Amino acid sequence: MATVSVSPMKDHAPVPGTLPASERELRQTFLKEAEVVPGGGRISQCLQCGTCTGSCPVSYAMDLSPRMLIALFRAGKIEEILRSRTIWICASCYMCTTRCPQNIKITDLLYALKRTAIDTGLYPEKFPVYVLSKNFARIVNRYGRNQEMILLLLYYLRRNPFDLLRLMPLGIKMLRTGRITIFPKKIKGIAAIRAILKASEELELPREKEKVPYTEGAVGYRAVG
Amino acid sequence: MEYIYYPGCSLESAGKPYDESLRAVFRALGLGLRELEDWNCCGATMYMSVDEALSMAISARNLALAEQAGFRDLIAPCSACYTVLLKTNRFLKENPELKTKVDRLLGQSGLKYGLSVKVRHPLDVLVNEVGVEKIASAAKRSLEGVAFAPYYGCQIVRPERGFDDAEFPTTMDTLFERLGARAAYFPLKSRCCGGMLMTTFPDVALQLVKDLLECAVENGAQCMITTCPLCQVNVEAYQDHVNKKFGTSYRIPVMYFTQLLGHALGCSEQELGLQRNFIPWTAPVSALAA
Repeated sequence: MATVSVSPMKDHAPVPGTLPASERELRQTFLKEAEVVPGGGRISQCLQCGTCTGSCPVSYAMDLSPRMLIALFRAGKIEEILRSRTIWICASCYMCTTRCPQNIKITDLLYALKRTAIDTGLYPEKFPVYVLSKNFARIVNRYGRNQEMILLLLYYLRRNPFDLLRLMPLGIKMLRTGRITIFPKKIKGIAAIRAILKASEELELPREKEKVPYTEGAVGYRAVG
Repeated sequence: MEYIYYPGCSLESAGKPYDESLRAVFRALGLGLRELEDWNCCGATMYMSVDEALSMAISARNLALAEQAGFRDLIAPCSACYTVLLKTNRFLKENPELKTKVDRLLGQSGLKYGLSVKVRHPLDVLVNEVGVEKIASAAKRSLEGVAFAPYYGCQIVRPERGFDDAEFPTTMDTLFERLGARAAYFPLKSRCCGGMLMTTFPDVALQLVKDLLECAVENGAQCMITTCPLCQVNVEAYQDHVNKKFGTSYRIPVMYFTQLLGHALGCSEQELGLQRNFIPWTAPVSALAA
């Protein structure tokens, strides 16, 4: 996991219209992640119409709207994006992607941003999505199948045990209606799953042949596309 | 006709009523449904969060197992599993390089996948293959008087373009209207329920669920039917939470579409797992008690 020094105050851009070193690194990381998004290069075709924001059911809760995200990327402000709530609040409903007139894979690019944030360590400690996916991976590695109750227990214990009190009535109802697996079993092929999970860490998704066109270090619309 | 069945992790626990009612529906229609032996998690939650490659690798094992068992159509009722398996299948078809790597991983446990399996959602199979007419002729009870809100959720129609429209699907509407019910006007039919946000950012998810409940209730729906286990839990089990947060008093039954379908086909409450639903399906819907 690469760590990027992100103190813009220290390495501010020496020349107006160019990116500081930290931004350049983040941009590189993000563009590398975006290569696994089919058609990821279309981000340079954004016309800032705002259809994505208008379609997004959770945009009201975001600090930066999807449209703003793309604008910020092109303005060379990836760090601001990575520090926002936006990428984590995305519910992956794909409405933006479905409606984008330029066919930009917004949701998938947001995934690339999530991966960039995790790779560069730019996420808060005990971050919800990270805690959830880490525990999910542990459970699947152990049983071969997800165990909902164990996942939620591990998640809440790590994040905020008091939440378990809030959810206890729900948990009891689930128990009473037989909608919880109390005694999880491992699948027979668990060895195969563990081997696959281990090996898939090296598995790379296919990368786009055409890279996102951008001018190294430059900022703004002329930088991308 | 026999299909191979991939329940997914959720249908073993919170989604148990979906599993039970799906099996009951296939039984009532004289269709075989065989559970895939030793299936593993499709990795959906991982895919949703960050690591797509991982979920593709373990999903491929399920596809390989289905092929090995000699089946062509794999039925995946959970929307998330459906999307992940469909996407994995497509990616493997379109990317020979990736397929080679995945083949190597599968080969280590003596498996291989020849891309012959098709991932199907039960709604698609029932309406587009079995056919509405055949189902209608097998129906034992009419759904006359039932006003339902057909809630598809997002994963079943997006992002993979499948058997229905990406924004305004009509498969469930068609099916249940043929069985006598009335689809309430429900423009939020494919709007996200929040999914895993109910765990990671509950405030946001509760707002989304409230929007759905509001739309259904205000348009005169007596129940909501859904195709996804996560949607069903979010929209049904959290109605109390929504009411507490927004000062509302929503109370509307939310069923898996297979539960309502099974009822029309003459299955018993027990068979359909209806006693497991939090909000009794007969309240306040008097038409369904017949």
